[in-house]
Amino acid sequence: MMASLTGKVAIVGAADTEVGFVPHLSATQLCIDAALRALEDAGISKDEVDGLITCNSMAEPILYHAEAIAEYLQIFPKYCMSVGTGGGTTFSALHHAASAIATGICDTVLITMADSLRSGLTKEQTMAMQASTGHREFELPYGPTVPAYYALIAKAHMEQYGTTPEQLARVSVTARKHAHLNQNAQMRDLITVEDVIQSRFIAEPLHLLDCSLISDGGAAVILTSAERAVHFPHHPVYILGVGEGHGHEHISQARSLTTSAAVESGQRAYKMAGLRPKDIDFAELYDCFTPTVLIELEDLGFCEKGEAGAFVESGEIELGGSLPVNTHGGLLAHCHPGNPGSMFALTEAVTQLRHQAGIRQVPRAEVALVHGQGGIMSSHTTLILGREVG
Amino acid sequence: MQGKITPKPTVETAPYWEACRNHELLIQQCSTCHHFQFYPRLMCTKCTNRKMQWKRATGHGTVKSFTIVHRAISKVYQMEAPYVVALIQLEEGPTMMSNIIKCNLQAVEIGMKVKVEFETWSESMTVPQFTPV
Ligand SMILES: [Zn+2]
Repeated sequence: MMASLTGKVAIVGAADTEVGFVPHLSATQLCIDAALRALEDAGISKDEVDGLITCNSMAEPILYHAEAIAEYLQIFPKYCMSVGTGGGTTFSALHHAASAIATGICDTVLITMADSLRSGLTKEQTMAMQASTGHREFELPYGPTVPAYYALIAKAHMEQYGTTPEQLARVSVTARKHAHLNQNAQMRDLITVEDVIQSRFIAEPLHLLDCSLISDGGAAVILTSAERAVHFPHHPVYILGVGEGHGHEHISQARSLTTSAAVESGQRAYKMAGLRPKDIDFAELYDCFTPTVLIELEDLGFCEKGEAGAFVESGEIELGGSLPVNTHGGLLAHCHPGNPGSMFALTEAVTQLRHQAGIRQVPRAEVALVHGQGGIMSSHTTLILGREVG
Repeated sequence: MQGKITPKPTVETAPYWEACRNHELLIQQCSTCHHFQFYPRLMCTKCTNRKMQWKRATGHGTVKSFTIVHRAISKVYQMEAPYVVALIQLEEGPTMMSNIIKCNLQAVEIGMKVKVEFETWSESMTVPQFTPV
């Protein structure tokens, strides 16, 4: 029987860089900036960091990225790795880091991730990067794009459950509504369902405004043991549950188009935390495209299979609803610099659980669910975080 | 089809692409458990047996999902946009990605019956496409 991680590890530092269009900082500099801000937030010196995780940058690829960042900072960790991954594995890395702390490999782990997709890559490079997803022989020749892969999922969900374009649009409208309350968000203007539906098609049924942003930016968190966490300046945010699920890489090989491995990651996280969906006060869900959020709401148990469209339409995922989702604006409105994208969901959850979110604060928020998804609904990690242990 | 992303056959997939040149769609079947699979692999994904055989598929299938791509990945693909990218479940069971061609885009729907058709891209490369039955 595996020892549970519940309540053993806490997030004691969290910070974002400036996001959106940040041409005056390179991807490496953003990564360092995020790290320094998180250290400052935690009130510790870089020399206390003995574990380091980064993600590779597309705009500024470095072969041994984490080692390069450690060298830049002049720290000498016991645990050091870079993950070249999408949204799901960002939190898989956190799962590893938490395990490393729980088993005593290290005391203090810094996870810092950043990229400059907006200002650091040409349009051609961005397109080439898109083409790196997809099976080289059995998908790419047919001209799919990343939005097209998610459009296949959206179309199947619409066919199977009667989900409408308006319901998909509502996810984006809600994200903007939340971003409107967040002065750090990249896109803060309010939009309507009409605006989404009338924006041009990228890959039917997905419109431009069903798709997430392309951004520069980075974020970092600092993890330590629960025993040490109480000595830090901010209220600790404890890891109560974590679970992963990995279904496929290529969408043509998916076991189902409309049910994802979020079912498995969610069940594993709930089991570890000893909690159920109704115990969650707010959720930060990976929202690269609008249909992603609907499937995650269902697969994570917040509504019955096929009912996420109606759930979203009824306003339940808005601030003030029963389950506020993506309170910072998410990838659709806050920012999406690629691999580091889901980190902002994590830093937002920390801000909310510290009760420091200002006008967008979820009242009395005690327990959060954060879900990362990578590839084409491929890899999933669910985190359940809480203000208190148990 | 200059400039398209052209498949580069490997040891595992060369017989598949060679058959495409002869306008035959081959899929793998396990010689032990008779499981059909796509894409081609060194082993059976059901029983892990390494003895996979090539079987000629009927070329008939059903549209599992599809999208109409408006914003394509490169200039060459953009010249053909809007075009359909679909997931097609073959009669034998496995699912493959392809395009649906020679039809009114707005008439494509999930559950639609389609049949393979071969498109020659170069002297060495012929690619399976699908068209409504
Ligand atoms: Zn077999």
